[in-house]
Amino acid sequence: MSLIVKNLQARVKDGPVILRGVDLEVPKGEVHAIMGPNGSGKSTLSKVLCGHPDYEVTGGSAQLDGQNLLDMSPDERSRAGLFLAFQYPVEVSGVSNANFLRAALKARMPEGEEPDAVAFYKRLRATMQRLGMDPKMTARAVNEGFSGGEKKRNDVLQMLILEPTCAILDETDSGLDVDALRIVSEGVNSLRAPFRSFLVITHYKRLLDYIAPDVVHIFHRGRIVRTAGPEMADYIEQHGFDFLKEDDA
Amino acid sequence: MTHDVDQNPLPPDTRGEFSFPEKHAFDAGYGLSEETIDYICDAKGEPDWLRDFRKAALRKFRDLPMPLHWAPEEIGGVDFEQIRYYLAQGTPAKKSWDEVPDEIKRTFERLGVPEQERAFLAGVDAQYDSETAYNNMREELSKKGVIFVNPTEGLTRYESIFRPWFGKVIPVGDNKFSALNHAAFSGGSFIYVPKGVKLAQPLQAYFRINSESLGQFERTLIIADEGAELMYMEGCTAPKYDSATLHSGVVELVALKGARIQYVTVQNWATNVYNLVIQRGIAMEDAQVRWIDCNLGSRLTMKYPAVVLRGRRARGEVVSISLARDGQLQDTGARMIHAAPETTSNIVAKSISIGRGRASYRGEVQVQRGATNCRNRTECDALLLHAESRTDTYPAISVHGDSSGVQHEASVSQVDEEMLFYMQQRGLTRAQAMSLAVNGFINDLVNEFPMEYSVELRRLIDLEMEDSVG
Repeated sequence: MSLIVKNLQARVKDGPVILRGVDLEVPKGEVHAIMGPNGSGKSTLSKVLCGHPDYEVTGGSAQLDGQNLLDMSPDERSRAGLFLAFQYPVEVSGVSNANFLRAALKARMPEGEEPDAVAFYKRLRATMQRLGMDPKMTARAVNEGFSGGEKKRNDVLQMLILEPTCAILDETDSGLDVDALRIVSEGVNSLRAPFRSFLVITHYKRLLDYIAPDVVHIFHRGRIVRTAGPEMADYIEQHGFDFLKEDDA
Repeated sequence: MTHDVDQNPLPPDTRGEFSFPEKHAFDAGYGLSEETIDYICDAKGEPDWLRDFRKAALRKFRDLPMPLHWAPEEIGGVDFEQIRYYLAQGTPAKKSWDEVPDEIKRTFERLGVPEQERAFLAGVDAQYDSETAYNNMREELSKKGVIFVNPTEGLTRYESIFRPWFGKVIPVGDNKFSALNHAAFSGGSFIYVPKGVKLAQPLQAYFRINSESLGQFERTLIIADEGAELMYMEGCTAPKYDSATLHSGVVELVALKGARIQYVTVQNWATNVYNLVIQRGIAMEDAQVRWIDCNLGSRLTMKYPAVVLRGRRARGEVVSISLARDGQLQDTGARMIHAAPETTSNIVAKSISIGRGRASYRGEVQVQRGATNCRNRTECDALLLHAESRTDTYPAISVHGDSSGVQHEASVSQVDEEMLFYMQQRGLTRAQAMSLAVNGFINDLVNEFPMEYSVELRRLIDLEMEDSVG
């Protein structure tokens, strides 16, 4: 169980085909990495799984814990346990970090119920401290005026608060310096659990030094073309993606 | 003023709270003529000077052209012959919720407005509640010499205070609609706060949907004597139902030396109403006039609260929020007339356009000859929710001399799909995401509203978002 993707095909609405039959299975308790050259469709896979309106699914299936993701709206997928740490987290002006997270938690509760304010702020502050975030950021508008690194941290903060059952990290390492990378990775690792799965999309091996994957998939031209153990990341670090040219030939 | 008591669904014990005169129904019919005015004056028992005044205003109204040189073309939808100018008791007030348009009824139910206020919309029960609060307050205030009555009572009982300022801030011939209001006005408020009296709590005026105040041409005159302070709140948060097609009120504020007036409106008319309102305040030396204005409803609203800064160091302020949905045009803004030295003004206007809704900002800042060292700051921000949403900005600035500073900033932003997707990815429904984004946009202004109004405002916006998402 957990995330099961079969022959998933998708295109940009009225545009080119990007996903050409993705097969992927991420069992609970495991961390899978997806590596691949630029433009291979890695990020598109994460957006399509989360229901981004720019894309149209043309075939295949995607299930999370037995639920058909493709039948669900983006917010339903989120409430079903799917989380995406964005490659480029979006600014939400005028909405404070704290209010945004409270609204997100509230959306997961039965109608009319709200998270306990005192407990929420206590937990929020403690989590921010772990991520090395300034407590003042609770009152700042979501990602507005944040540096690239702050935005990534903020996304991981949201993940730690929302505690998804399946988290997709889309190039979360980009824009992070070494210290931030370590802190963010520790945050992610703290969430690792037998009932939770991770899909880590990255261009570089360095993130995988901190978040050790169980499986590494190579993504190329809209599909997974290789699946191997963690040693694959080392291979790519040394040799790059040149070997994929054979596939093209 | 009459009321058909027999058709009143109130339980007998609450009827005593109303001062209904005997049972008659007045209907001046369609169109406005000298005969209509005679009918209104007779019905209201007004003095001769007012009858002449109204008739002179009628002639002015006929002479003046529609302000088509700048008004949006939608104003052409107003047909003066298809309007009833005076209805006291009677048919327009619905007797049951079933006759109230669904969208308004649903809004009310979801707002959780108390049962009394619901009935108030039908013109009866909630009036009891407002009346009680009002009366309690009036008793307390009258000890201090505060006057809070309707204009008919104002001009008869307090003529010496009322008349010197009536029609002075907004003259009859200011424009076609001011002339119309002078000719046909009925209902509204007359307030006088004596020297040095500072009201700790706001005066609330709820619109009464009984025959007296069903007036489409309400008239408000507020005079704050030297050093006096008050906040006046127009209770339109509970949106009033009006079958009429035209609402054209006139509001005049007079802040004498050192006085402060804050005037709060939350307008949520039914979407078949042309809301053409003239609001203007005059601020004498060291006085302050502040308009807090929120327009959610109506088919077309044209409203530009103004402050004439007549005395040295006077200050004017307009805080404005507009929400325009499908089929709505909110043409709102502000006017600041600096007529004395060292006067300052501030305008913050935010508009939200949803679907094919249109919001326009129209502003005028004038620094007149001799008004030295004046300052104005204007900020107008527009938020567009959909690709087909529209906003326009028409600022007019004229400054005499070089000692004054006028600053204008404008911005347009959009709630884009990336932002909604981001919020939805965190579990918020599309409607919740939009609400949050819209509330975020106007957050700083909503905080300017009195607490109960800002809560209502946020809830109204939530409802609008739910409806707009479908």
